[in-house]
Amino acid sequence: MTDLATVALPKPERERNAVVDFVVRLFREKPLGATGAVIFLLFLLCGIFAAVLAPHGVNEISPINRMRPPSATFPLGTDYLGRDLLSRILYGAQLSVIIGFCAAGLATVVSLLIGVVSGYVGGRVDLITQRFVDAWQSFPGLVILIVAVAVLGPGMPQIIGVLALLFGIAGSRIVRSAVVSVREHMYVHAAQSVGASAPRILWHHILPNVMPVVIVLFTSRVGTTILAEAGLSFLGLGVPPPAPTWGGMLSGSARTYMYQGPWLALVPGLCLTIVVYAINVFGDALRDLLDPRMRGSR
Amino acid sequence: MQAYILRRLLALIPTLVFASIIVFVSVRLIPGSIIDLMLAQNPLAADKDRAAIETALGLDQPIYVQYFRWAGDLLHGDLGRSLWQDRPVLEEVMARMPVTLELALLAMIVSIVIAIPVGVYSAIRQDTTGDYTTRSISILMLAIPSFWLGTLVMVFPSIWWGWAPELKYTPFFQDPIANLRQMLLPSVILGISFSAITMRLMRTTMLEVLRQDYIRTAWAKGLSERLVVARHALRNALIPVFTLIGLEVAVVIGGAVIIEQIFVIPGMGLLLIESVSSRDYPIISGIFLIVGAAVMFINLLVDLSYGVLDPKVRYR
Repeated sequence: MTDLATVALPKPERERNAVVDFVVRLFREKPLGATGAVIFLLFLLCGIFAAVLAPHGVNEISPINRMRPPSATFPLGTDYLGRDLLSRILYGAQLSVIIGFCAAGLATVVSLLIGVVSGYVGGRVDLITQRFVDAWQSFPGLVILIVAVAVLGPGMPQIIGVLALLFGIAGSRIVRSAVVSVREHMYVHAAQSVGASAPRILWHHILPNVMPVVIVLFTSRVGTTILAEAGLSFLGLGVPPPAPTWGGMLSGSARTYMYQGPWLALVPGLCLTIVVYAINVFGDALRDLLDPRMRGSR
Repeated sequence: MQAYILRRLLALIPTLVFASIIVFVSVRLIPGSIIDLMLAQNPLAADKDRAAIETALGLDQPIYVQYFRWAGDLLHGDLGRSLWQDRPVLEEVMARMPVTLELALLAMIVSIVIAIPVGVYSAIRQDTTGDYTTRSISILMLAIPSFWLGTLVMVFPSIWWGWAPELKYTPFFQDPIANLRQMLLPSVILGISFSAITMRLMRTTMLEVLRQDYIRTAWAKGLSERLVVARHALRNALIPVFTLIGLEVAVVIGGAVIIEQIFVIPGMGLLLIESVSSRDYPIISGIFLIVGAAVMFINLLVDLSYGVLDPKVRYR
């Protein structure tokens, strides 16, 4: 009788890191998405290392250098108080990174909580939850944000919280529909029939299978929350000045000086556009690569 | 048909109830601090004392009593009075509503006029340079904030050619031509960003429909491309697009808030921002509620009009 242990098993393929694998696929199959990912990473690094990268202080006022066009000392020019625009853009990236990641992260948690409960429990709970989501979605997001800021007052924590709630509730639909489709799979029924508890099924069977949807949702939410915060700041309801938010730089007293210094109008909007564009194309590529329902369809 | 309409109207009731709770809770969640804010942030409030404000807002009652009283008033069309102007909220908001609706409607028209032909073109010329170009542009459109586009349109033509858009608002019924000329630029800017979303969906659904058997049959009959695309494919491909347009109403009205601010158009958006800075809570909650109700009503109309677009939907 042959000892089973001595049977030579085919050597497993060289174990490759799943993340490395994924990055290779991203660059090979989705060059535009990969470009987006690189820009997104650069934006993140700019935000994290703003203090190191900025040539001047964020609110360093220099009256003799008011409204200087871009030059060697001030690569992007200065504003009406003589503050260096490049430094403010970098610190603005930091604010956007913080707001984008915190709000999108919290929003994803909210989406998951509502979506999983509504989708897995189903029945009356689902029905009531969905009518609530309907009602919530009939209000324009920006109007909800404005009302919330009016009630809570402006400030970073409030804005992050409200953005998270706003996009979390809206995104719960996507999580719910993913949960509903996973719930009917054979392995879930199998787990149920051997008596696995609901939390166990949710944690071990449902959650891993809706993860791709959640990752894609999170990525696209980073872009949406950054854009929404910029809109609020533009209306003067975001993080209060002198915080260098990109939306805020396009509003308030800056507007009167834009005719004199068009770079004030150009740069913050361009940064917003590039970052949101990068996140969008990266998010699209992620969806194509991660979402099983999209897999195989080019 | 009548049964369908009735059912749709009944289905609206729970949504409306939830919506009213959202509005109510959002503005009265922390009533104490609202009064503090009012007293602290508005010097005009100094001569009104706390108890008077509490009674005016009905805050001396238990929360559920407050809600039912508020909802009851609501059903009578009574949204309360503005705090500083002391005029009925409904009157103030309704005076501004047509301006916002005009802007939103024009923006939707702009977005449809751009999105549908371009989306169809992109689909029937799939994977050509034209398709790639339009798709890339549409992703870019999604990323450009409308307030930036609006700012650029204000700043650069003025620097280059000394031209600036007219900022003194002319009501439509006073001078329709002047009004439309003034609204054109804001609605194009607002419409462009929504055209991107619509266009992407138009392309996808068109591609799906073009793969159907009956389209092959139409080709096989030797019909011209124009007939196949316009008569056979487009009508069916339009249905999901139409749903999306209905859902976008909320987003367009939200976008109008920002555009009104840039171009100084006296609609609900401008009123909302003014009310936020003067802390006029009855107006804020009034706008909140009316906008929500308007969006629900428009979505209902979209649902009901399916039958006109799609003979397959016979209002089951």
